[in-house]
Amino acid sequence: MRLEPRTEATFWLRAMAPILAVMVALALCGFLILWAGAPLLEAYAALARGALGSRFALSETLTRATPLIFTGLAVAVAFRAKLWNIGGEGQLYAGALAATWVGTGAIDLPAYLMIPVIFSAAAVAGGLLLLLPTVLKIRLKVDEVVTTLLLNFVVLLFVNYLLFGPWKDPLSMGWPQAAPVVDSGLLPNLVDRTRLHFGFVAGLAAAVAVWVVMRFTHWGFEIRAVGLNTPAAVFAGIPVNATVVRTALLSGGLAACAGVTEVCGTKGYLTLDISPGFGYTGIAVAMLAGLHPLAVVVSAIFVAAIYNGADSMSRAVGISNYLADVMTAVALLAVLVSSLLVQYRIRRG
Amino acid sequence: MFVSVGFWAATVRMATPLIFGTIGELICERAGVLNLGIEGIMTFGAMIAWMWVYQGGDLWTAVAVAAGCGAAWGLLHAIFSVYLGLSQHVTGIGITLLASSLSYFSFRLLLPDVSTPPKIQPFESIAIPGLSEIPVLGEALFTQTALTYLALATVPLCWYVLYRTPLGLAVRMVGENPMAAASQGLDVLAIRAGAVCTGSALMSMGGAFLTISVFDAFYFEMINGRGWICIALVIFASWRPGKALFGALLFAAFDALQIRVQQASSTLIPYQFFLMLPYVLSIVALIIMSRKAAYPKALLVPFRRGER
Amino acid sequence: MPSNAVQSPPVLSIRGISKRFGDIEANRDISLTLSAGEVLALLGENGAGKTTLMSILFGHYVADAGSIQVNGRPLPPGSPAAAIGAGIGMVHQHFTLADNLSVLDNVVLGTERLWSPLQRRRKARDRLSALADRFGLTIDPDARIGDLSVGERQRVELLKALYRDARILILDEPTAVLTPQEAEALFQTLAEMVSNGLSIIFISHKLNEVLAIAQRIAVLRHGSVVGEYDRAETSRTELATAMVGRAVASPNRTRMQAGKPILELRAVDLWHNNSRLRQASLTVHQHEVLGIAGVSGNGQTALADLVSGLCVPETGELVVLGRPRGGHTPARMVAAGVGRIPEDRHKAGVVHEMTVSENLVLESYRHPEFSHFGWLRAGRILEHARELMERYDVRGAGPDTRTRSLSGGNMQKLILARVLSRRPPLVLACQPTRGLDVGATAYVHQQILDARGRGSGILLISEDLDELLTLSDRIMVIYQGELSAAVPAEQADRAQLGLLMSGQRTTGQSSGSDHAA
Repeated sequence: MRLEPRTEATFWLRAMAPILAVMVALALCGFLILWAGAPLLEAYAALARGALGSRFALSETLTRATPLIFTGLAVAVAFRAKLWNIGGEGQLYAGALAATWVGTGAIDLPAYLMIPVIFSAAAVAGGLLLLLPTVLKIRLKVDEVVTTLLLNFVVLLFVNYLLFGPWKDPLSMGWPQAAPVVDSGLLPNLVDRTRLHFGFVAGLAAAVAVWVVMRFTHWGFEIRAVGLNTPAAVFAGIPVNATVVRTALLSGGLAACAGVTEVCGTKGYLTLDISPGFGYTGIAVAMLAGLHPLAVVVSAIFVAAIYNGADSMSRAVGISNYLADVMTAVALLAVLVSSLLVQYRIRRG
Repeated sequence: MFVSVGFWAATVRMATPLIFGTIGELICERAGVLNLGIEGIMTFGAMIAWMWVYQGGDLWTAVAVAAGCGAAWGLLHAIFSVYLGLSQHVTGIGITLLASSLSYFSFRLLLPDVSTPPKIQPFESIAIPGLSEIPVLGEALFTQTALTYLALATVPLCWYVLYRTPLGLAVRMVGENPMAAASQGLDVLAIRAGAVCTGSALMSMGGAFLTISVFDAFYFEMINGRGWICIALVIFASWRPGKALFGALLFAAFDALQIRVQQASSTLIPYQFFLMLPYVLSIVALIIMSRKAAYPKALLVPFRRGER
Repeated sequence: MPSNAVQSPPVLSIRGISKRFGDIEANRDISLTLSAGEVLALLGENGAGKTTLMSILFGHYVADAGSIQVNGRPLPPGSPAAAIGAGIGMVHQHFTLADNLSVLDNVVLGTERLWSPLQRRRKARDRLSALADRFGLTIDPDARIGDLSVGERQRVELLKALYRDARILILDEPTAVLTPQEAEALFQTLAEMVSNGLSIIFISHKLNEVLAIAQRIAVLRHGSVVGEYDRAETSRTELATAMVGRAVASPNRTRMQAGKPILELRAVDLWHNNSRLRQASLTVHQHEVLGIAGVSGNGQTALADLVSGLCVPETGELVVLGRPRGGHTPARMVAAGVGRIPEDRHKAGVVHEMTVSENLVLESYRHPEFSHFGWLRAGRILEHARELMERYDVRGAGPDTRTRSLSGGNMQKLILARVLSRRPPLVLACQPTRGLDVGATAYVHQQILDARGRGSGILLISEDLDELLTLSDRIMVIYQGELSAAVPAEQADRAQLGLLMSGQRTTGQSSGSDHAA
């Protein structure tokens, strides 16, 4: 048996890859449910109900999808340029720090100015955070996988320091959390009696914007060329280093926006647990989307649905909601394999 | 401080998981495969070894079980990255996500609502007669637990196999020029897969050391980036086992130092900054070594048979 | 031996081998035999299926149909180990050596039991020296491969095969990387081997070599054997016609008066990508092709990268179109009017996963014609692609096809279209026909001469002396980063160039004057 490259893959074939992967993930995780001794169908029914079964469930899923759209886009952009940014988690917290700093009294503006200012400040913070590993990569050939990963820990400890130290809200009754964001900085609610906030719309807008940039501008052209064949890009005179830096700023900025949506939208203040690994989950989101910006939205909603569904499944049949993490990871690995089937056909002999 | 037995003993103890992890990663990378699954594999090793002992199993069997599970994760990695030739970056991240979430899932399955994880009876330290009576260094080095001795033994063993046996030559060759190995009739994919399995088994033992030799219990997030630090150490060590041991010890010494300074000066500098040190140091080490880094030539490059 | 070679049973017989890669039929029903002590040449142009056939024989590929027998026993398919066990040794066109390991490491790899707890280094070293002495292949067993010259690396490859007791040796284009003199030495070594009873399959597309060394010649064309010839009973023309299938008109090079200087290098020193230039000076004029001959690895990369804008001179000066250029980049070189055809079209020339139309604007996507305030003008880009594909005869794809699916020849046409359509005053062509079939080669040659006719100056870097002698007005030889004096192509002879390529300075009438018109 061997693999033979396909010359052209149809749209439907490419769309099948993630769907196939998800089916495999659901099936494999069925064994875990059985291992835990829970009724399979009931568990999956609870998962589906919790994910999409009611107005409230749906709104919760979209709320959870919001940061995932941003971290997913961050990964999609970076991976397109073969910039292995695994630091989404750190950039998210950098954005959250910036949002908290601006949003808790550094300035006060009317909401229509305040919110863009917060997003911009966060994007700058996230972009700068990724800039360091990127410059090290370009100038000194330091592997960015390791540096971005290690920076996640550094940033998280810094947040820890601030929340137990100078930024600790005196009114928080001892909890490590920062002061609440001023009203003008809060992202408005979209639907009454839900937590769904403006951040979701911002996520959709970001996805469209990223798609437009990648598809229709010369920056997108450069990012694709650099990612697909760096030596050819260098030879053709494409400013490779500038392109990588630009990609880093965009990617880090996008991941940081996820911090804004959590601090200014979902929570209202900064805590140590605003992100249960959204930065890492973003990798799965982006891979499931085949690194396509618009598909990231769908994939983020799907992954969020699994997480929310797993919470209610956990309550209904008593299985740990870590199952959602397992499912996402299996889907990530499965989509890798199925993408192989899109690129290659299997020949015997 | 540098003459205190406690400091050097702590250094050697803290270096142990790093030695396992770094040598494990080194073996993978020498064969041309970057194993970003290390963080998850260490987590799984820690969990499974602890669980084995907690369920009444024997300590050494627990080490074997951890190694076996590590090898199994390595095999999964190899199926993806070696046999299917998929991106080593994404495969590794996927393995880390899967192995750690599966560890947490299994832990919760066994202990649904325990907040403080129960302790087990760990390995006891063994004083090597004679050697352990050498002042300071002897006391520090030779009153460790069995797994630490095992880790220290791994280094010369790894060196010997890599540089003095046909198998080691084959491993180095598939990491440098897989086509050369294939045209000599060697099964490149099998050698790479074998290296990844072996390396992953060692990583898993590094994780097991933490639960059944140091902390006596399994905590969430207990690996805490040690895996990533090992990857940095491999680069720092220029893919050489001896330097890897040196790097791990140096690193652990800084870590031990950091804890002592932290205890002495907790009011002046917040402890979080001390906790950042290992990660910052790793980055600094990477910056220092990066210019000279001579990567195995075929690292990250998948090998497909019969491809033109 | 040769007299009874015909009666003795064949050491190797290949029967009915067929192999497809996708839509390409690389081998079609090939049958061949090889006798003991015989040199069989496999002649065919690039893409005729020679390398595929040998890769099947050596177990790298598995044939779709057919069988192979060695000494009457069937050879299991798809296993290099089995091939080695049966006494087959192969010297690949691209050496399969690990640069960071020693000669001895490379040679003994795979000859010991994998699980043996120790290596018998001393025994291996003795055996290696004995073999080296016997066949005159001296080499330091502890040298690092990366420090060896190309000729020495080939010796290591030969020793590797001999160390494994190969009785059948396959050499794939072994002279491609050698000077004529080194090739001569190789032929002597091969003769020595044959007299020791080895059988050799010699793969080449060079007629002279084949006639010099082989007893029998099998010609491959489009994946099939189109004829088998005895050396004594054939001729160059017969072989050439068999190989190409039709008579090929060599391109017409009319005499032209060289014009103003377009490119000047003045005493350039440079160290880049493991490639060195020493005090290199040259001048390319309008209406002129300046050929640079040399064995690969003698500074061609540095020269090409310098003119491509990938690096800058450490000392000395680079003058393009009369303007000295400092701090130049690829983009600035393109803007200054340098058209660059890279050596490795797959790696540097095109982005496989981008479309043909995108690759055609890879150097000019920021030009106002194709982008407007940062927005790509998709319509223009597509139109531009259609026009160029038509004009430069890029076939087998549409503007929206991924470039990966193009054949080598069409990919090179794409690059020619991108480069030449802008009518650059200076063209840098590095190995422009490497790996192309005769038709595509002729096309590329014609395009280069057309550019010369339009007034461009062309710097042609090639390892193919025939190509250089056909196209160039003047030829310089590069050896270890130093350029020889330019020789007018009409006066150049192969032996003299060969000596220069191996580092011997010609005495006598080296005019040395860089005669500009």
